Amino acid sequence: MAPTPEGKPSPNSDPGPTTPDGEGEGRVVLTDAEMARALRRMAHEVIERNKGTDGLVVLGIPRRGGPLADRLVAMIEESEGVRLPHGTLDVTMYRDDLRAKPIRALAGQSIPPSGIDGATVVLVDDVLYSGRTIRAALDALADLGRPTAVRLAVLVDRGHRELPIRADHVGKNLPTSSSERVSVRLAETDGRDEVRILQGRR
Amino acid sequence: MNKHLLSMADLSLADIELLLDTAVQMQEVQHRDVKKIPTLRGRTVINLFFEDSTRTRSSFEIAGKWMSADTINISGKGSSTSKGESLRDTVLTICAMGVDALVMRHSASGAAHQVAQWVDAVVINAGDGTHEHPSQALLDAYTIKQHHGRVEGLKVAIVGDLLHSRVVRSNLISLRTQGADVTIVAPPTLMPSGIRDWAARDGFALTYDFDEALAAGPDVLMMLRVQRERMSGGFFPTEREYTEGYGLTRDRLATLMSRNERAVIAHPGPMNRGLEISPEAADAASSVILDQVSAGVAVRMAILYHLLAGEGNVQ
Repeated sequence: MAPTPEGKPSPNSDPGPTTPDGEGEGRVVLTDAEMARALRRMAHEVIERNKGTDGLVVLGIPRRGGPLADRLVAMIEESEGVRLPHGTLDVTMYRDDLRAKPIRALAGQSIPPSGIDGATVVLVDDVLYSGRTIRAALDALADLGRPTAVRLAVLVDRGHRELPIRADHVGKNLPTSSSERVSVRLAETDGRDEVRILQGRR
Repeated sequence: MNKHLLSMADLSLADIELLLDTAVQMQEVQHRDVKKIPTLRGRTVINLFFEDSTRTRSSFEIAGKWMSADTINISGKGSSTSKGESLRDTVLTICAMGVDALVMRHSASGAAHQVAQWVDAVVINAGDGTHEHPSQALLDAYTIKQHHGRVEGLKVAIVGDLLHSRVVRSNLISLRTQGADVTIVAPPTLMPSGIRDWAARDGFALTYDFDEALAAGPDVLMMLRVQRERMSGGFFPTEREYTEGYGLTRDRLATLMSRNERAVIAHPGPMNRGLEISPEAADAASSVILDQVSAGVAVRMAILYHLLAGEGNVQ
């Protein structure tokens, strides 16, 4: 086995900037300015829903949930003056499709030292699709402690759920067909902010 | 990475780094209140030990259990081998039950390689005779990295019963792959035959003089156990004399620390306190012997993860 490239949590989103496709292909559904606006709204929603910042812990799901969580935390700090405890939650070892795919390298996890017991955890991911990543994330959380509540914030909800899971905060609802692919690019991981829909060839 | 883990030579530098990085993540599980992750649910791991072991067997067992695999221990004593069953029949019988991995220790060098050709299960070599012990070399590398932040470029001295040591063979391969600067130290009677050719080829140094190696101020001092159970006598005159020449005594500990204050002392265990290592050295602040044990579980979780979690290994 060659060291596998870092596993992408969402089975739908693109495997990273190394793939030759996606460059100028498909159609842009979220530009950088639109993405920034959507994230800002989500940051406000998170605070509004929680009636303040008390007890919030923000956890991104690698890879692209990590930078998105960092951005939400920065935006909340800007408007509320509070820097929320935040980190990343690696769900690889909890996935139900481990055996169906080549082995994934672990993505790395960092949980704030204050832990998640009694906290309101906001999970952050780039794309919500089948819901299986979030199921794995809920299992991973349960092994780390007992949060009071878990909320879900995603940049894109593209539908096609296979499990009874929904997002609390959505950047953009994106009706797609299951043959299409949603490609999220972020400045931190891919050099620019953009969401595209590609015609799937897989 | 190959399907099996039989020798450190099976692993590239990238493989080693991947395993060690994974082990860092696994060590996080080790510090949780609830030490259980579902990753290997439904997988069966058999620990087949024809030689005695405390830490290797129990750490493979704990590693498997924390990852939700079913782990079963079979020891040579008390199994059908004591009724005269051949190794081949024993492993084929066990594998016929539907086993995903065999963690194997055997007194014959090459036993794990041989078994890997007979069975479909993943075979992990947990020590074969005086040949190799790859998971030990990996946990040694992990421990070294924990303390020095790297392996590349470090001065490592390996001292003791090299002749009977599978740990030294795996470590020589591993440390060379990772770019450490290795010196091995032993009395002439405990140097393996042909070691000079190997040293010349792989670029490590060897000496009979422990104090000379200490004077160089190694970053890592790896003491090996004198394997009395494999000795039929005649390797050194008396134990006292061995300690005099090759034991890490209180005085030598002081020399080491004065030459390199960041030096760490490792020992794969079990220790013969008072023979190859003095109690002062074994319990010194610079001793990482218990860190090695703790790393053993994380590293073995990483090994099981990479060999067992996926869809089977396609090369």
